[in-house]
Amino acid sequence: MWNTLKRWYHQLGSPRYFYRFADIVLPWLWPLALIVLAIGLVWGLAYAPVERYQGDSYRIIYLHVPASSGALMGYIAMGVAGLVCLVWRMKMAEVMLKALAPFGAVLAAVSLISGAIWGKPTWGTYWQWDARLTSMLILLFMYLGVMVLQSAIRDPRQAARAASLLALVGVINVVIVKYSVEWLNTLHQGATLNLFSESSINPAMKYPLLISMLGMWLLYAANVLMRARAEVLSRERRSGWVRKLVEGH
Amino acid sequence: MSCDSLRLTVRQLQCERDERVLFRDLAFQASAGEIWQITGANGAGKTTLLRILVGLHGFYEGEVRWHSPLAPDLLYLGHQPGVREELTARENLRFSAALNNQPGDVDAALDAVDLYGFEDVPAAHLSAGQKRRVALARLWLAPKKVWILDEPYTAIDQNGVARLDQRIRDAAGNGTLVLYTSHHRVGDDVRRLHLGAEAPA
Amino acid sequence: MNGPWWATLRRELTLIWRSPADMVQPLFFFMVVVSLFPLGLSPKPELLALVAPGVVWVAALLAVMLSLDGLFRRDQESGALDQMLTAPVVSVLPVSAKLLAHWLLTGLPLALLAPLLGYMMQLPVPALATLTYSVLLGTPTLTVIGAIGAALTVGLNRGGILLALLILPLYVPVLVFGAGVVRAAVDGSPTQGLLAVLGALLALALSLGPLAVAMGLRISAGD
Repeated sequence: MWNTLKRWYHQLGSPRYFYRFADIVLPWLWPLALIVLAIGLVWGLAYAPVERYQGDSYRIIYLHVPASSGALMGYIAMGVAGLVCLVWRMKMAEVMLKALAPFGAVLAAVSLISGAIWGKPTWGTYWQWDARLTSMLILLFMYLGVMVLQSAIRDPRQAARAASLLALVGVINVVIVKYSVEWLNTLHQGATLNLFSESSINPAMKYPLLISMLGMWLLYAANVLMRARAEVLSRERRSGWVRKLVEGH
Repeated sequence: MSCDSLRLTVRQLQCERDERVLFRDLAFQASAGEIWQITGANGAGKTTLLRILVGLHGFYEGEVRWHSPLAPDLLYLGHQPGVREELTARENLRFSAALNNQPGDVDAALDAVDLYGFEDVPAAHLSAGQKRRVALARLWLAPKKVWILDEPYTAIDQNGVARLDQRIRDAAGNGTLVLYTSHHRVGDDVRRLHLGAEAPA
Repeated sequence: MNGPWWATLRRELTLIWRSPADMVQPLFFFMVVVSLFPLGLSPKPELLALVAPGVVWVAALLAVMLSLDGLFRRDQESGALDQMLTAPVVSVLPVSAKLLAHWLLTGLPLALLAPLLGYMMQLPVPALATLTYSVLLGTPTLTVIGAIGAALTVGLNRGGILLALLILPLYVPVLVFGAGVVRAAVDGSPTQGLLAVLGALLALALSLGPLAVAMGLRISAGD
């Protein structure tokens, strides 16, 4: 088991193997992600039962929660990639770091917009400085910070290392920001979903939510793989295997 | 030289910058007491090579190894002299000496580079050559095992060049490994490493 | 007293002493920004007292941030930074001395100036002590976190606004608790717990920050 993992780590750490892996996985991953997401969204938006207090307006959680969780997971994944990049100088970690940022920022924005739309019927206003929206706004700023820093540094490897350090500091910051704005207190409802203990929402509402979350993560993964594949090609464009690939087509 | 003394091995060193290969398959082995002159056209990667050797530049492929009983005791003089204009010549040198753990008579070192009388002048009032000399004065403080000097002869007058030549030869005689970039040749027994396409003359 | 750490501290203090503008400008900025609020909002004392904790804190935070842009730049341009990174001591040593000097000559004066500005912003007098403590505990954290950003942008020629984009989101927790503790003092609620949180943030910043700054400087140098 351990050896298999180690072999994978080394193979995926090599740009060439990674390219091949992405090439095989992507044609399956895209449709799978879209189908799963579509099932989750359609089930949630059209067939899940009406919520007792909020009526139909609660249904936006089928977009809001998957986007929020994706944005958060994406930043944490960036922190992990950053750590690997700083400690082991692994090239694929640099590529991953860069590939993770744009879609993560998009998800953070989707989370904010859907949160605002949900806010209108629930709070009577589109924007409230509630804990979770505020955290998500800061998270969006931190995504943008990593992207801006990366684009400001010319050398791609140096840019990736600088972004790694920032993402790593950012991950610590995400946690502290979350507690600090929670302390600042809010109107928002408590967490509705807990995967590990008994959930506070009706199972008929929970399953479509879990499915759309899974779909969103798969979509994120597909986007990251696609970006990483393009980045690998651009970085390795002068190496033999990329030339052969280009000439072969 | 005995086998436990200091040695630097460079193998298959390759470095790219801004889409351009600076050098490829660079290999050499340098040991204590040798003087290495690194030459090459502008942009051939001389400064980058020195920065790789001192550990400031990390994006390269290949092997750079210091074989030494302890961590290599380096003295690096970069492309910029590292002199702050707000501080006097003496303050600048004193800081470098403390930072680099180089005890020694700071005033005597400044004297040796012809800065006698300029010790208390803020570096802003010194000429480019004099600023370079403040940096070079470190060579007259406590000895180090390795000297890595980036263009030490820039802006130095004739008299200064002769003294620096002498100092480098003396240090090598005492077992210091000196690597420097310049078109100036310190002496006949200097080894030369040429970066760039054309073969050395 | 002549080790690398002390030598760096002495050098930094001398440097700032020789160009006092570097030290005075952030303080001046702090005062000007705070004075703009009564003019822009309304000079009504009740309103000012309400917004004072946030205004003083935001101004202090911006002052620290602006002062950080030059923290490593001149050392980088002159080549002195390369000397610090190649010296036979761990780079955390000179870096931490630089950070301490920076705080002594910006954060500390800001904290001493804060009660005056708080008073002008109509904060009740008993809350002024809490304001001073909070700025005293918060500014070192701001210096350390901001220095990470300054280290990462040292080689880039348009560092200023980029630096702000990178580090302001990281300043959020200090702002929340810093202004929060002053508000608590105004309301007469206990403040020790919140000051302890600021202290905990400081401890975290001091334990990991200098390492991160040194690493950022190495990355900017090309390592």
